[in-house]
Amino acid sequence: MQSLSHLDRLEAESIHIIREVAAEFRNPVMLYSIGKDSAVMLHLAMKAFAPGKPPFPLLHVDTTWKFREMIAFRDEMTARLGLDLIVHVNQDGVARGIGPISHGSKLHTDVMKTEGLKQALDAHGFDAAFGGARRDEEKSRAKERVFSFRSKAHRWDPKAQRPELWNLYNTRVAPGESVRVFPLSNWTELDVWQYIHREEIPLVPLYFAAPRPVVTRDGVLVMVDDDRLPLEPGEVPEDKLVRFRTLGCYPLTGAMESTASTVSEIILELLQSRASERQGRVIDQDQIGSMEKKKQEGYF
Amino acid sequence: MAMSDTVDIESFLSAQDAKDQLRFITCGSVDDGKSTLLGRLLYDSKTVFEDQLSATEGESKKYGTQGDEVDLALLVDGLQAEREQGITIDVAYRYFETDKRKFIAADTPGHEQYTRNMATGASTADLAVILIDARKGVLTQTRRHSYIVSLLGIRHVILAVNKMDLVKYDSSRFETIVEDYLAFARQLKLDDVHAIPLSALTGENVFAAGSEMGWYSGPSLMTLLEEIEVHDDRSSVEAAKSFRLPVQWVNRPSQDFRGFSGTVSSGSVSVGGQILASLSGKASRVKRIVGPAGDLEQAVAGQAVTVLLEDEIDISRGDLLADPEAPPEVVDQFAAHVIWMDNEAMLPERTYVARFVCGQAVARVTDLVHQIDVNTLDHLAAKTLGLNEVGYCKIAVDQAVAFDAYSDNRQTGAFILVDKFTNATVAAGMVDFALRRASNIEWHDMKIDKAARSAINAQKPRVLWFTGLSGSGKSTVADRLEQKLHAMGRRTYLLDGDNVRHGLNKDLGFTDQDRVENIRRVAEVAKLMVDAGLIVLASFISPFRSERQMARALMEEGEFIEVFVDTPIEICEQRDPKGLYKKARAGELKNFTGIDSDYEIPENAELVLKSGEIAPEVLADQIIAYLERHQ
Repeated sequence: MQSLSHLDRLEAESIHIIREVAAEFRNPVMLYSIGKDSAVMLHLAMKAFAPGKPPFPLLHVDTTWKFREMIAFRDEMTARLGLDLIVHVNQDGVARGIGPISHGSKLHTDVMKTEGLKQALDAHGFDAAFGGARRDEEKSRAKERVFSFRSKAHRWDPKAQRPELWNLYNTRVAPGESVRVFPLSNWTELDVWQYIHREEIPLVPLYFAAPRPVVTRDGVLVMVDDDRLPLEPGEVPEDKLVRFRTLGCYPLTGAMESTASTVSEIILELLQSRASERQGRVIDQDQIGSMEKKKQEGYF
Repeated sequence: MAMSDTVDIESFLSAQDAKDQLRFITCGSVDDGKSTLLGRLLYDSKTVFEDQLSATEGESKKYGTQGDEVDLALLVDGLQAEREQGITIDVAYRYFETDKRKFIAADTPGHEQYTRNMATGASTADLAVILIDARKGVLTQTRRHSYIVSLLGIRHVILAVNKMDLVKYDSSRFETIVEDYLAFARQLKLDDVHAIPLSALTGENVFAAGSEMGWYSGPSLMTLLEEIEVHDDRSSVEAAKSFRLPVQWVNRPSQDFRGFSGTVSSGSVSVGGQILASLSGKASRVKRIVGPAGDLEQAVAGQAVTVLLEDEIDISRGDLLADPEAPPEVVDQFAAHVIWMDNEAMLPERTYVARFVCGQAVARVTDLVHQIDVNTLDHLAAKTLGLNEVGYCKIAVDQAVAFDAYSDNRQTGAFILVDKFTNATVAAGMVDFALRRASNIEWHDMKIDKAARSAINAQKPRVLWFTGLSGSGKSTVADRLEQKLHAMGRRTYLLDGDNVRHGLNKDLGFTDQDRVENIRRVAEVAKLMVDAGLIVLASFISPFRSERQMARALMEEGEFIEVFVDTPIEICEQRDPKGLYKKARAGELKNFTGIDSDYEIPENAELVLKSGEIAPEVLADQIIAYLERHQ
């Protein structure tokens, strides 16, 4: 009798969750943020319905400040797999000129990401939305259910979560209510990388070390991805060998100096690292419990 | 995680892939130090990153209980309210690994009010670490959690006697506690219990033996977690069990591919093997198995696969593919243990949605056999189950479901109950055995049926269900209506509280569960009368949505007409035809609807009558007009 490895078990659990959503919900959607977790989630969705295609579209909430390579990768992947992709931009935020540099990370994230997401979910009437979040990322995520109920206003109530037993997920929602579903809940960052390695999943090149133009601000290496990043007097972008551990809006995502240019090298680097992956995320460090607050307001 | 640069990454990865996984929970009473212990395991296994540690240092100054030391509990208590109150409210999942194993730990709350969250964590665990404060010994919460651990089928327990530093590492204190606990564990048939004296705060016996407890020669907590054999439960025993594959999804991307997707819950199946579709009873052979990495010769427990069959048989979501030599039960009644998880009590005869790993049905508790006192394990007589209470019930579902006993299979024997209106998950259930009563009562096939009877009566039989507060005018309108229908030559019958409560239902009072039973019997009588071809006028306060829905569900489409007699309570109280409001206000009458018992307003009534504004005569005519429009 063959026995399943740790990764085989995680893979099976995720596929089960994805199929359950497709079977039970009227109008599901998969949030596709282009990062490594989204790449793994998409890979699992393709497996769940093979040889058919996933019976739901992908949604990318574009804040207009993503790295250019992310957008190119997104379009190439969805075209290659033949999947429906919905790209939503908060036009109201664009009209008001909201951006991370002019308005700060908090307002930019609130308007372009959280509000944009809610607009897209409402406009299409999605009753279930997959997200690639993992419980090991952050303390309030560690508390969240796999099927996480959201009110009509998209709010999460951490103190009144539905009990979630075995693999019997409560999929019932009233009209206007929805769930966020996290198929990768039980994966760790290392699991994700090991799986990418095993399955040879394509990723945005930004994860791999290459010479890129960066400036150093408050100890964070910020990549100069286009000419919208205003340079301080005397500040000159410098080519450094860097890579990204997570991907978001480029002015809010810190690079790390690294020589890791293959998945194996990244895993090796990860094993020696003493910092968590969200450290490069400016938005998490606003205040204690900031992720919990954002999640209550509808952030993924 | 310690690893030197020189280790070859490929050999590391293959070693990683060979690691197995242990899912466990930590539980115990409030302040036993569960979060501190888990924080200690994370810290000592070097899973905590520097930036997380520095954030925790900041929070320790604000909320910590350890003076200037880092409060390790804050590493795991993730919600703001938890950090402020210093308690654990919900399950937190934590991930760490050693050179031997990968661990998923669920830190579960100790407070009684969050027991349902503890059960959530326990449902997917293979092992439980039960903490005891060495100063306090075995407490009510220890017993409650141990009972739930055994009820949810966790077979392995580590008894962690914590805070040994506060009892001066006294061996006799440890031995007394262990003896106490084992006496209780034996009653629960928990026979794999390992006791360890430790201190989460100082780390003594957590990762390694310390210097303080030379009298203890057993393994440290971590050594035990790394070495304990639990996978016999899953990999071999579970896999050796009969094949079960609950169908989640029918995969039909093209004309020449029709596969049944799901996760194998036990046993295995090979290409060419015989399977049985449990619900239809049809058998076939496996033609092809598609696994996550392409075609497979064999699918085993735990794998998510898609199975193609030789024959075109009717199988849909909710069916259970099984070994024809050892088929599951397929019945509509069973006995089960139920953990109640909602603030609103369980009411026998109320209907709920039941979800099994395969399929969904409308369920009703037909009999609450007994409640279980989790401290003494005594069986108590009970009429309802409140939040966090455990009962043994008989349950009926509206269509046959395929399942196994929970003691045989933790997946196909489990179910949850969901409230039809709030959609809350209200209970966790574990099937004990199938009840065969249902299959013994065969419907007698009568020659004269409802259609024949209605034809001779020359009318469409139906139920007009009048609901509303006491004094709203239900009976007055129903009475006027019946007179008019009678004059038109219609055959009618009026059911109301007076003619039912004095006879059929004279054994029932006015508690919530008696009201539910009252309405259930009335609805069944109304159904028989509709079958007899009559127009039935039922006039009952019937305050709960779910019972009105239950009555509606008994009838055929278009037969049930809900008439909401919508009169403001102030007017009802002014009318007070029987002087009941006065008594209720004086406290002489308990559970009076509108005063100290709820009335749930109908959301989808066919007719709403404003009896406060319009005369009964006119309202009766409105109903007749409705009946004529809907022949």
